Amino acid sequence: MATTITFPSAARPDRRYHVDTGGLKIATYEWGPADAPPVFCCHGGSDVAATWDLLAPRLSSAGWRVVAWDQRGHGDSDRAALYSWDADLRDALAVFDAVSSDAVPVIGHSKGGGLMMQLADALPHRVSHLVNLDGLPSRRPAPDVADHERRRMQAADVEAWLDHRRRTADAQRKPGTLDELARRRARMNPRLSHDWLVYLASIGAREDADGWRWKLDPTMRFGGFGPWRPEWSLYRMPGLAVPFLGVLGLQQEEMGWGTTPEDVRPFLPPGGQLEVLPDAGHFVHLEQPDHIADLVVGLIGRP
Amino acid sequence: MAIIWLQHNKIRLALHQLRDGDDPSLLLLHALGERSPATMPAWADAWPGTIHGLDFTGHGDSTVPVGGGYSAEILMADVDVALGHLGASTIVGRGLGAYIALLIASGRPSLVRGVVLADGPGMAGGGVGPVSTSLFALAPVTADHGTAPDPWALIELARDARPADYAASIVRLAFTADAPGAPITVCARFRPPWLEAVAGEPGVAETHTIDEALAFYARVR
Repeated sequence: MATTITFPSAARPDRRYHVDTGGLKIATYEWGPADAPPVFCCHGGSDVAATWDLLAPRLSSAGWRVVAWDQRGHGDSDRAALYSWDADLRDALAVFDAVSSDAVPVIGHSKGGGLMMQLADALPHRVSHLVNLDGLPSRRPAPDVADHERRRMQAADVEAWLDHRRRTADAQRKPGTLDELARRRARMNPRLSHDWLVYLASIGAREDADGWRWKLDPTMRFGGFGPWRPEWSLYRMPGLAVPFLGVLGLQQEEMGWGTTPEDVRPFLPPGGQLEVLPDAGHFVHLEQPDHIADLVVGLIGRP
Repeated sequence: MAIIWLQHNKIRLALHQLRDGDDPSLLLLHALGERSPATMPAWADAWPGTIHGLDFTGHGDSTVPVGGGYSAEILMADVDVALGHLGASTIVGRGLGAYIALLIASGRPSLVRGVVLADGPGMAGGGVGPVSTSLFALAPVTADHGTAPDPWALIELARDARPADYAASIVRLAFTADAPGAPITVCARFRPPWLEAVAGEPGVAETHTIDEALAFYARVR
């Protein structure tokens, strides 16, 4: 059933296609003239490429061809058997390869910002400018709990995750109306308007006989354990040799990192710019699309 | 030799029954690139109960998935699915399997009676911290079922970070959980930093051979 839910100043992509990455299909989207120079946009965890529906038209009207994709397990890309940070990086590179072999501007939000920072570190010849939108994890202050208490919480985390893995073989997401999906989402993204979340659900969810379901593989789940440390991501920043813009929203949200400007400044690359938005939350590009577009065009210019 | 098929999300895991019998249960975890032994290894001869070997995701007779994406945590969940079938078991892990055995001892202490960490391929992993990234593509697997061991498994599971203090913290998890702590025995001679840290934790035992360690666990029920 065709749903035509719109949102003020949002634009759906002009072109869609699939990129093959090791046998998986990655849904890829473009806004703006097909012969214009590309800029890549990488969404965050549990999000879809439609998160760029406000920023992309603003950048394409500045003359850019905006390219975004749904990460594996997200949106209209294939569900994978396995998910990992490295696999997400490889999928991103497959999209880059399909579009251009030049050094191009790259924008990432949240986890997508961390992914693109690592891609710029690994393949500096593929990135001309780097924009990181609230994707700057930092050393989180140790919570004020006793050591044995923290260990108990960590053990509970791992067991809950293992229990989840035992249930995933035939797991399905919970169905609902678009309104219900938007309200559930608002618990994680309280600063986004209901109208935006309904619009996002109309794209990021599919309609089954018993209701709408987010197109996110129910297998995927944030785990609070593992060897990785947030500050490892920051270590890749000082060595970047391309123009860099980091944006931090200071309003704390569940999905954000709680990073302060003081956490980030010591790691900025030479000439790197840090823009601090006291009134924005984690989704800076949705809360202040005009401002973010201005900042991005300020960095990458107009082709 | 019978294969018990277990479903872990989109992966069909092969659990090989190496010796029929009753409790106590012994589970063998192979090293990186290996598969479950076809017959019972000599060092397990004296074990008084049933013996199984698990093929990890992408290895042996288990499903080879499309597009990689391996992590040590996913292999830990493979083992948890096997323990869901077997019940509480003692685990012997070789190389990568030793690291996975350590993880599951802390992740599911109520189902792990003891773990033996033995030498084998994939013991070191990708070092103790963040490393420079290399990015490349492998030719896509076009068939429904690729060839084991999955080349992505060989690459990705040789690159995961294994910090020493992280390994030490998971040892403490195995010992301090509400369930009785799973004793850990190190008998590997090659000890990368994570394993050196494990061996140095209070309460962790060391033996020269796997048989010696198993003789101890055969008495612990």
